[in-house]
Amino acid sequence: MTSQAPPAAPVQAVPPAAPRAAVRPPRWVVPVAGIVAAVAVYLAFRGAATLPHDDDAAPFRFVNDVRAWVDANRNQSPVFLFFVNYVRLFIGGLYDTFLLALQAPGWAGLIGIAAALGWLAGGWRIGLLSALGFASFGVLGLWEASVATLALVLTAVLLSLVIGLPLGIWAGHSPRLRRLLSPVLDVMQIMPTFAYLAPMVLFFQIGPASGAVATLIYSIPPAIRIAALAMEQVSPTAVEASVSLGATRRQTLFKVELPMARATLGLAVNQTIMMALSMVVIAALIAAPGLGSDIIRGLTRANVGLMLPAGIAIVIMAIVLDRMTMSAAARPPYPVTGGRARIGPRLRWAVAAVLVAAGLALGRVLPAEFPEEWVLRFAAPVNEAVNWAKFSWYGVTDAIRNLTTEVLLNPLQAVLTGAPWWLVTAVAIAVAWRTGGLRTAVVAAGCLSAVALIGLWQHTMETLTTVLVAVALTLLIGLLLGVAAARSPRFAAVQRPLLDAAQTMPAFVYLLPALALFGATRFTAIFASVIYAVPPVIRLVEDGIRNVSPAAVEAALSCGSTERQLLWKVRLPLARPAIRLAANQGIVMTLAMVVVGGLVGAGGLGYDVVSGFSQRTDFGMGFAAGVATVLLGILLDRITQGADRRPSPRTSDRTTTRKKRIA
Amino acid sequence: MTSPDGVAIEVRSLWKIFGPRAERVLGGPDAELDPGELRAKTGCVAAVRDVSFTVRPGEVFVVMGLSGSGKSTLVRCLTRLVEPTAGEIAISGEDVRAASPAQLRDLRRNRVSMVFQHFGLLPHRKVVDNVAYGLEVQGVPRRQRHERARAILSLVGLDGFAEARPDQLSGGMQQRVGLARALAADPEVLLFDEPFSALDPLIRRDMQAEVVRLHREVGKTMLFITHDLSEALKLGERIAIMRAGSIVQLGTPEELVGAPADDYVADFVRDVPRSEVLSLRWICRSPADDEHLDGPALPAGTIIRDAVPAAMESARPIRVVEGDELLGVVDRLDILTAMSGRAGTGS
Ligand SMILES: Nc1ncnc2c1ncn2[C@@H]1O[C@H](COP(=O)(O)OP(=O)(O)OP(=O)(O)O)[C@@H](O)[C@H]1O
Ligand SMILES: [Mg+2]
Repeated sequence: MTSQAPPAAPVQAVPPAAPRAAVRPPRWVVPVAGIVAAVAVYLAFRGAATLPHDDDAAPFRFVNDVRAWVDANRNQSPVFLFFVNYVRLFIGGLYDTFLLALQAPGWAGLIGIAAALGWLAGGWRIGLLSALGFASFGVLGLWEASVATLALVLTAVLLSLVIGLPLGIWAGHSPRLRRLLSPVLDVMQIMPTFAYLAPMVLFFQIGPASGAVATLIYSIPPAIRIAALAMEQVSPTAVEASVSLGATRRQTLFKVELPMARATLGLAVNQTIMMALSMVVIAALIAAPGLGSDIIRGLTRANVGLMLPAGIAIVIMAIVLDRMTMSAAARPPYPVTGGRARIGPRLRWAVAAVLVAAGLALGRVLPAEFPEEWVLRFAAPVNEAVNWAKFSWYGVTDAIRNLTTEVLLNPLQAVLTGAPWWLVTAVAIAVAWRTGGLRTAVVAAGCLSAVALIGLWQHTMETLTTVLVAVALTLLIGLLLGVAAARSPRFAAVQRPLLDAAQTMPAFVYLLPALALFGATRFTAIFASVIYAVPPVIRLVEDGIRNVSPAAVEAALSCGSTERQLLWKVRLPLARPAIRLAANQGIVMTLAMVVVGGLVGAGGLGYDVVSGFSQRTDFGMGFAAGVATVLLGILLDRITQGADRRPSPRTSDRTTTRKKRIA
Repeated sequence: MTSPDGVAIEVRSLWKIFGPRAERVLGGPDAELDPGELRAKTGCVAAVRDVSFTVRPGEVFVVMGLSGSGKSTLVRCLTRLVEPTAGEIAISGEDVRAASPAQLRDLRRNRVSMVFQHFGLLPHRKVVDNVAYGLEVQGVPRRQRHERARAILSLVGLDGFAEARPDQLSGGMQQRVGLARALAADPEVLLFDEPFSALDPLIRRDMQAEVVRLHREVGKTMLFITHDLSEALKLGERIAIMRAGSIVQLGTPEELVGAPADDYVADFVRDVPRSEVLSLRWICRSPADDEHLDGPALPAGTIIRDAVPAAMESARPIRVVEGDELLGVVDRLDILTAMSGRAGTGS
């Protein structure tokens, strides 16, 4: 009885349970029959109709020809002459301006400015954090590179916000625009970062401009999404009251909606900056300046000592910018009355001015370059430590690596690449049909045939193998830790700050420990993507289980359920939507990381993309591989039904029509 | 407040249909369908259907009905916060439906204000700036609008709260701010959309008294939406009862209680203590042949309960008069019957 309480999912709750069982076969019959059939077909046709990789496939050559044409016509074709080239010049100019502006005050001056901004945003704590953070760029010996990265981030963020916020605010008012943007943003968000580097090169050549545009593409979706959400969260009555008092649209927007949405808009800025920070590193592949180049070089040479300082600098930059923007957004818009006496606005600005002046004055006294003797160099000791770790833990790491490779990776890869392409496609279609119906099945068919057509079947299957293994591990670990956290508040309290920290870190940072432990192998990418994707999965699972209706839990307890029964029969089934969302997020993040793992020996599509940048002849293949990663992303996302369940701005009938009233 | 024909608000054949292709529904035979069928057939909701009424200057006009009967939609149509599908609206003789955006803004700024159920205050502004918001969007200079806002705040009993934030106030005080905001521009007409539904019963009573007082002091035309019958009876000079978008009966509280137009209205007013609403007019009868006609005389408009002292003083039937004319008589038994709530007499 206990078990049946609320969880007995709707399916089982349909009243005439007995006759149904008698008439229809049990639910597992169809899938099992499908699996048996697929296995039989696989055994019969193994090795036939495979699509082995060919470095010189026709689609690649076509892209190469296109590039040759573009290179030849860059200064003749009107599209380039009057549009693309101007965009490149403008963005390049913007970057140069930011760079100059950041370099002008000198290193001490910039630290003073950072401290002042931190102080203004969140008081002395954030001010101190900013000052120390910026100083650490110099101590790490990366002052110049950090400033370049900062300039690139500022360029990309400025453009993202200038385009994204108005668009998001508009979308918040117009359901039609929102419907139009939503699928585009979906695709942008599941697109692995590597995918749009090649087109950037095609249009904007390599350098800061294309790096800024690539970063912009990556960081604009949260700006748009969160700004739209912010608009929708504004109390409709307040808007209506404003309109009823005869305010114009503009007055309502500036006096009511924007101020009321301030905190959420701050979050949009914050998220945009965070996304930009993780992308600028990858943009180093197309010669974007800054810290990224050290990291990419370190990754491709498996040199941890080379990339560690740059990695630390990026993480520090992320933390400083995150805390600064978050506390600026959280500042109450008016002085809180009561409590401790607040510092008046005059004094605040005076302190900020003093900080800036002190920095500039120090800059006059101190040398223009960050003094060499203050720089901490630790590449060599780090490499020694890494070698030591590799060597002394070799037994363990090697066993783990071999176990996964032999038991999971190789057999699965053999099946996926050895099966006829039509069989793999058919199985994918069947799975898609089951999870998402006809439309999903059509998408799956389309994605996989396109992959086959552009000549990357084998590499896509290799990448898919890695992704599947990584996802399985991610979900396993994520579920275990998520359930543990949901059950034990103490465990959750320990885990939460770690998750918070993990989520502010730029993605590729996770490659660092993976590389240190496992060297450049396929397993490295798996390890990195697991630690990258596990935190959000844990969080979603934990929240899902925690948010199960207390009434249902109480009902089950009152029927005498044990803790274990409660978990398996009530909490987990009721948390299913959250868990499915966790799976979806896990898959999308894993794919992104596995592709980046191409840099450290993961092979597959990621490697194709990377070699597309290093060798001109492989450009076509790299380009196509980018497209294939997108197709794979769409396929996996659709199958896990991500788009429909993503916590997207929910709109009720009323709020949408409310917006129309502002006519 | 005065218009040529002495009408503050005039609404004629007003329709509001939500949903796709609303105009088409209106023209065709579907408009006659009942709400459920209409929704199933066309996906449209007829929130207001063919509503007509007039409000006199200075009157308190109450619209009531169950949830979903279209009251909010109706009141929002008046200043086109919701765009009506068809019909005519005139406020002080000016055609609202034909107004240009600028004229409409002028109407909303200067002549008609609204008070909302959920207050709709701006949490990022001080109370005084909330009250002054309407003046601010009109471009009144800061000093002047603050002066005016403070005066209005003391009118609604919020002296000393000008510098507070809305979220530091209780619900009742917040609604006073909403009221002050509506009054700030000195409009001719005040619209209330269930302003007190979100408040505790005790505070609600205070606020109702406040509205009665304000009406006496400033004499605005008021259109008041509620689903609380006692509130309607307390405030309304005339009450319109809505069901499924239409007005099913419009009249004084007495008329509604004394002669409900149909079962829906009768149901609504069933629990009203009749003796406190009806006047002697509703229960008087022609004198029987043997009755003495020398008892005390009371005007026909006297509320039944107020006739009790007279009935106690004299055993003779009370004569119900209108001016010099004798309408009929009422004896102790009639009064007791009315007070016990039995027997629906009507004239
Ligand atoms: N923006 C809208 N879009 C579609 N239908 C609406 C909209 N606003 C109201 N309706 C519908 O119109 C009908 C009347 O709604 P309205 O809000 O006017 O009722 P109400 O009498 O004010 O109810 P309540 O007492 O709950 O406030 C309802 O059926 C409602 O669902
Ligand atoms: Mg309403």
